[in-house]
Amino acid sequence: MTTTSSATVATRSLRPRRRSGRWMGWAFVGPFMLVFALVFLAPVLYAVYLSLFQNQMVGGNKFVGGANYVQALTDPQFWDAVRRVGLFLVVQVPIMLVVALAAALAIDSSRLRFSSFFRISIFLPYAVPAVVATLMWGFIYGPRFGLVGNINEFFGWAIPDPLSSSWILVAIGNITTWEFTGYNMLIFYAALKTIPSDLYEAASLDGAGALSVIRNIKIPSIRGAIGIATIFSVIGSFQLFNEPNILKSLAPNSISSYFTPNMYAYNLSFAGQQFNYAAAIAMIMGLLTMIVAYIVQLSGSRKDA
Amino acid sequence: MSLQLSSPESPTVPPAKSRTAPRFSSGPHRGVTHKRKSILLTIVMGLMAVYALLPLFWLFVNSTKTQPALFSSFGLWFSGDFALWDNISQTLTYNDGEFVRWLVNTVLYVVVGAGGATFLATLAGYGLAKFDFPGKRAVFAVVLGAVAIPGTALAVPTFLMFSELGLTNTPWSVIIPSLISPFGLYLVWIYALESVPTEVLEAARMDGAGEFRTFFTISLRMLAPGFVTVLLFTVVATWNNYFLPLIMLSESTWYPLTVGLNNWNAQATTAGGDAIYNLVITGSLLTIVPIIVAFLFLQRYWQSGLAAGSVK
Repeated sequence: MTTTSSATVATRSLRPRRRSGRWMGWAFVGPFMLVFALVFLAPVLYAVYLSLFQNQMVGGNKFVGGANYVQALTDPQFWDAVRRVGLFLVVQVPIMLVVALAAALAIDSSRLRFSSFFRISIFLPYAVPAVVATLMWGFIYGPRFGLVGNINEFFGWAIPDPLSSSWILVAIGNITTWEFTGYNMLIFYAALKTIPSDLYEAASLDGAGALSVIRNIKIPSIRGAIGIATIFSVIGSFQLFNEPNILKSLAPNSISSYFTPNMYAYNLSFAGQQFNYAAAIAMIMGLLTMIVAYIVQLSGSRKDA
Repeated sequence: MSLQLSSPESPTVPPAKSRTAPRFSSGPHRGVTHKRKSILLTIVMGLMAVYALLPLFWLFVNSTKTQPALFSSFGLWFSGDFALWDNISQTLTYNDGEFVRWLVNTVLYVVVGAGGATFLATLAGYGLAKFDFPGKRAVFAVVLGAVAIPGTALAVPTFLMFSELGLTNTPWSVIIPSLISPFGLYLVWIYALESVPTEVLEAARMDGAGEFRTFFTISLRMLAPGFVTVLLFTVVATWNNYFLPLIMLSESTWYPLTVGLNNWNAQATTAGGDAIYNLVITGSLLTIVPIIVAFLFLQRYWQSGLAAGSVK
């Protein structure tokens, strides 16, 4: 194996070939996988292990099997949190992705002036940390020195308080839309750039208009990118934590400690020391996320047929 | 869990030249490269740009105000004394200059964390693209499957694990988890498939160069747009990281800017706390300036790298 002659190497120039043995690739992949095992695989296994125990006042850790899972599945606070991110997901993700797609198509259309300015400025919010984004929007929402307060005062309007409990989810949705529309737009735009130009030439020969090119060429060609963006957005919505957790200090009455599943798990662990129960909740959310992501993927590929 | 990604073994990437070729330039019915610009489209996109930039403008305007002026003036225009420089010097010196300390920590996390993540992802992505080895399919499945696991679901077990290892409340607890970027791995992998010709590697091998020497002297240069893109995304992720340091660090000595800023904001609402909204706002501005500068400075590189890497 290791004595492959250079003649054989030359004839197989299309295949990756390694003189130093078939394990050479691991020298490159190994370091990544080592750290990966430490920060991804080990915590997952540890979470499974933790979720099967309960910390007793007397007697320390005790194996309880699925008891934590049963408790979570019958916990109204947990379901309240899941329902909230579910609602968030169903409303915010489609709005964000449709706007991002429209923006990407506009920038790609070559009918737009200053398109590189638009591309960079709409993407810019992605560079802003969630903490800063939430603080900025939180202040803008604020009635004291925020814009909403200013506008109400100036025009005599009565825009409802975005930080009140009935509007807080919309307020958070606006922050995440602001943060991630540009990111998704860039993913779509980059995919649009890779469409071979002869497809457009063929379409223009057929006399296809701009809308028909979008519907029949552009969107089908970037379906993969749309699928990825959708799945990432779904995962992101289920993980919602930073924005509500930071807004909590500005709107303490609107955001409960179990506002999202992640905040619930976080507060159970770090305020309540219920690490085992929190691990069970994290596992359920991981599983739920995978199921929903899988359904999204299935419904995406069915349209292919 | 398999994401909807085509296997990188069969890249559908068109040759690089078609990306830069002007469209419609050879179409018989459209002999011009410049299509008619739409004013309506430009206006609609202008509104989007206003939405994207308005909060940043708000931040800048309000970091020029003193605390009393913040409360008494209209949010979208300058008012009172121009206090930007004063605010900056207060931000940097408040509480024995803890902001500067957080800034240094953040830079440390970014240099070691994002730099390390980019290096590991580049090495591994290149290895996956250019070598066949036992277990390659398993690596593909495991890494892409991991992307679907909510990162925050791992946070609590990671915290407990690191706590057992005695790593919590040290810089390592923030740096080590930052070292892995599955997205970066995927991007370099795709990028290496098309931008590093196997023939070049064969030639180097026949000249007797070792695999690592080939990688560092030849391949790395060809991978540049790919890893600059990965670097940009890992730098942003590390600079903006909030959740991980929040749970890992219990003392403000090792805080990054994000956690520190939120503490400043939260102290206004605690009993007896000092309300320092002007410093929170100015600190926020100082936090985003370096990252935005990096964005604008590197955009030429990362946009070409992303275009190649986004083919799914």
